[in-house]
Amino acid sequence: MTNIKTQSLHKRKSNLAQSNKQLEILSYGIFQNGELPTFKDKISETNQFPLKAKKLEILQINVGYMCNQVCEHCHVDAGPDRQEIMTRETMLQCLNVIKSTGAHTLDLTGGAPEMNPNFRWFVEEAAKAGIKDFIVRSNLTIIRANKKYHDLPEFFKKHNVHIVSSMPHWTRGKTDKQRGDGVFDKSIQALKDLNAIGYGMPNSSLKLDLVYNPSGAFLPGNQAAMEKDFKKALLEDFGIQFHNLFAITNLPISRFLDYLIASDNYEDYMYQLVDAYNPSAVSNVMCTNTLSVSWDGYLFDCDFNQMLALPVNSKVKHISEYNEALLENRNIVISQHCYGCTAGAGSSCQGTVA
Amino acid sequence: MQKTYYDPADLRKFGKITEWNEELGNKFFEYYGKVFEEGALTAREKSLIALAVAHTEQCPYCIDAYTKDGLQRGVTKEEMMEAIHVGAAIKSGATLVHGVQMMNKVNKLDG
Repeated sequence: MTNIKTQSLHKRKSNLAQSNKQLEILSYGIFQNGELPTFKDKISETNQFPLKAKKLEILQINVGYMCNQVCEHCHVDAGPDRQEIMTRETMLQCLNVIKSTGAHTLDLTGGAPEMNPNFRWFVEEAAKAGIKDFIVRSNLTIIRANKKYHDLPEFFKKHNVHIVSSMPHWTRGKTDKQRGDGVFDKSIQALKDLNAIGYGMPNSSLKLDLVYNPSGAFLPGNQAAMEKDFKKALLEDFGIQFHNLFAITNLPISRFLDYLIASDNYEDYMYQLVDAYNPSAVSNVMCTNTLSVSWDGYLFDCDFNQMLALPVNSKVKHISEYNEALLENRNIVISQHCYGCTAGAGSSCQGTVA
Repeated sequence: MQKTYYDPADLRKFGKITEWNEELGNKFFEYYGKVFEEGALTAREKSLIALAVAHTEQCPYCIDAYTKDGLQRGVTKEEMMEAIHVGAAIKSGATLVHGVQMMNKVNKLDG
């Protein structure tokens, strides 16, 4: 019997694999009948509409949707069955931009970015540009997935890559429930491997940060308190150390939206997001200083808009025609999923924002 | 006509109690907020105490709120269940310890 949780929404031919279906759900129902205000109405209350892009600080490149895991809440709908992979040609176009951008952070993501066959070449070339903070979002288990990935920690160290990895909890049960059987043990082993060469150790320049996102239909707790609990538990139970914990809110798109609807939590979750709306988080949401590049080179305000196929509102649409000045001050494209980044202390790929 | 005494949606309206008595309502919420701040006990410990008391008080709103609050703080289901057993033990102990009063009375009247 096929376990559908081992396949992406795309492979399952789910309605929610289509971005327009997701946007319909986010626009109709409780947001259409006025039960809840739309995100546009909400930010208009404090004169923050239209949301404008500021100076670019973070260039985030998604090198492909292929992944060795099929996490229950993945907003990318990534998995082993996804074939969308950035080509070397698109990577060359990205490298031209990486060499000239004013951004201080380069952020490679996926899927599992390491599964792109040109990943190592791309990292080597990108590292030459000398961008201050070079992040790779590694799911940890990839390091243990196959012999050919076992040397990734050394490779990352050689290029001074800053590693950011997901870890939904410090216990096996909660982690495996969200990310798949065996993920916790492999992640722990990978973290030990990284610690062994200096990643995540106190005062080490080899940065290792963890990302916490809730395992169900609830918002993340206080980031500093969660970091304290994570550090204590991982050190006491496994002798593992890391630098920072980023608490990220699950946005109601893709597989998390599918989970919310299937578990009859969608409306309650949207209420939670709207109730927790924090106007002071709006001015610092990541789309205002980030640009997201898709596997095929198109530009988006953030990774979430990329998955919803909401391109940047600019004449410049593709990395091949990149122009940082033209992209600055553009109007950010918004929908109700944006409430996920403005709830509580706010949420971004770098954690809280308010 | 409303078919049940409790409506989950009412929990979100809790703040509205201030509309009928602003001064006392605000004082209550100020006190409530202060109680749950990090102090000699962590906010996490307070959340677990609140969950246990929510059960002994059998308040469905509080159970809803503090189950979610616990999850947000990374509290595991094992920790939540243990906290509830603490509440249950005190509740049943409080019943049973009154048995001594009964014994005293029996001994006095019929000893």
